[in-house]
Amino acid sequence: MQDITDLILELVRLVSTDLPSDVESSIRRAVEQEEPGSAARGALETILKNIELSRGNSTPICQDTGTPIFYVHYPEGWSTRRLRQQIEAAVATATQRSYLRPNAVEALSGKNSGNNLGDLHFPTIHFEEVEGDVLTIDLLLKGGGCENVGAQYSLPHTALGAGRDLAGVRRVVLDAVHKAQGQGCAPGFLGVAVGGDRGSSYYASKEVLFQNLEDQNPDPKLAEMEKRLTEESNQLGIGPMGFGGKTTVLGTKITSMHRLPASFFVSVSYMCWAYRRRRMILQGNKVSYR
Amino acid sequence: MRAVKIPISDKMIHSLKVGDPVSLSGVMITGRDTVHKWMSDTFIKKTRLPQGDDQAVYDAIKHLLESGVIYHCGPVVAGLGTGDYRFVAAGPTTSIREEPYQGEVMRHFHVKGVIGKGGMGNRTLAACKEVPGVYLHAIGGAASIIAQSVERVLGVYKLDFGVPEAMWVIEVKDFPVVVTMDAHGNSLHADVEARSKVVLDELLSKA
Repeated sequence: MQDITDLILELVRLVSTDLPSDVESSIRRAVEQEEPGSAARGALETILKNIELSRGNSTPICQDTGTPIFYVHYPEGWSTRRLRQQIEAAVATATQRSYLRPNAVEALSGKNSGNNLGDLHFPTIHFEEVEGDVLTIDLLLKGGGCENVGAQYSLPHTALGAGRDLAGVRRVVLDAVHKAQGQGCAPGFLGVAVGGDRGSSYYASKEVLFQNLEDQNPDPKLAEMEKRLTEESNQLGIGPMGFGGKTTVLGTKITSMHRLPASFFVSVSYMCWAYRRRRMILQGNKVSYR
Repeated sequence: MRAVKIPISDKMIHSLKVGDPVSLSGVMITGRDTVHKWMSDTFIKKTRLPQGDDQAVYDAIKHLLESGVIYHCGPVVAGLGTGDYRFVAAGPTTSIREEPYQGEVMRHFHVKGVIGKGGMGNRTLAACKEVPGVYLHAIGGAASIIAQSVERVLGVYKLDFGVPEAMWVIEVKDFPVVVTMDAHGNSLHADVEARSKVVLDELLSKA
């Protein structure tokens, strides 16, 4: 098995310092929506300048480089134990080189490990064996501000009048966006999972954030609801940074999964505008990032 | 854009209103979750006795905070090995977590400016009126740009809290912020929250 530590290190550097093009384009379109001279427009213009500066200088877009969340799809024959070691080595080196902030803190003592390595869950790594000969590693850096405003609802929800259907999903998601205000670094992106148990539901609401914004949901009802939730979230007028304005949410992705007859969970993962994700694709000795 | 120098006078604070863009220059210190709890427990509520270098650090930061500014920020810092520190990325963190402590910290140290993101609640707004002080909103996530306004890192206290949680003493020039809570009882965050709640209720009344 080849040592791909350096290739993973480059993935971490790219994710931390350069936004994917679908995300950057959506922020560029949003600037035009806001009134010239408004605080909202000023915030978005600063954000765009920051994106360019970070890319040019290879410095982190945001100082909160978040929880590194890796999804590894590996062909038969790769050792997940060695892949884990290489990912951990890449993460520690990325921290040393200031691409990542030391972010792994022992829960109760508050002790920072200094190199972003904690227990089995930090960094978070999911492994899945796939057919064929292509190894892909997806990485999402999700900061604490937006993670803190994520929410999970158990339906029916009487206060919000949310029943166990898509209309109920809409109600709780709008409530989550309202509660978040600007705290999650709006304008944000919503990952929504319907179903599962509490754990798998949150897991799926993050997994859906790996999709490209241009991808179409294969379920027409969900595709329509995604569009509606983005539009209605923007009607709330929370705006960039919560300054008030037209842009609150830039995109919504919904996924649904099997659930128990007794449970109906809706999980919302809020992703800040610094939506840092990339995919590394390795086939033989040929590597690409997108 | 109003140019404001640290330390900030009461007259200047009273002249600042919600919505004013401000360009800050001078010396400030970073402090977030661990620092606020430490200040409160050790020196304000005094539920724990000073230990180790606590008292020395308190004496050192006291004059920096007098009419000064505290910045809710956990930076990415280069030069950790050599002590030749440089801020690489230094945007604000979410301020609301300091809501239980901020008012008493402002009163105790006479802090005139609190920089962060997302805004704060009624307790802090009351302290802004009393001290007087303002809440200054920086652009969340704009870490590379803000790091450029940090001209020098003058020192660090409580590095054992970890890099993000330590108190970094920094000299800034033209640090861009917007006043979102002022000393006259106004809060942009309370206004936006209330307005968006009206829209939410309208949306929820539809199927």
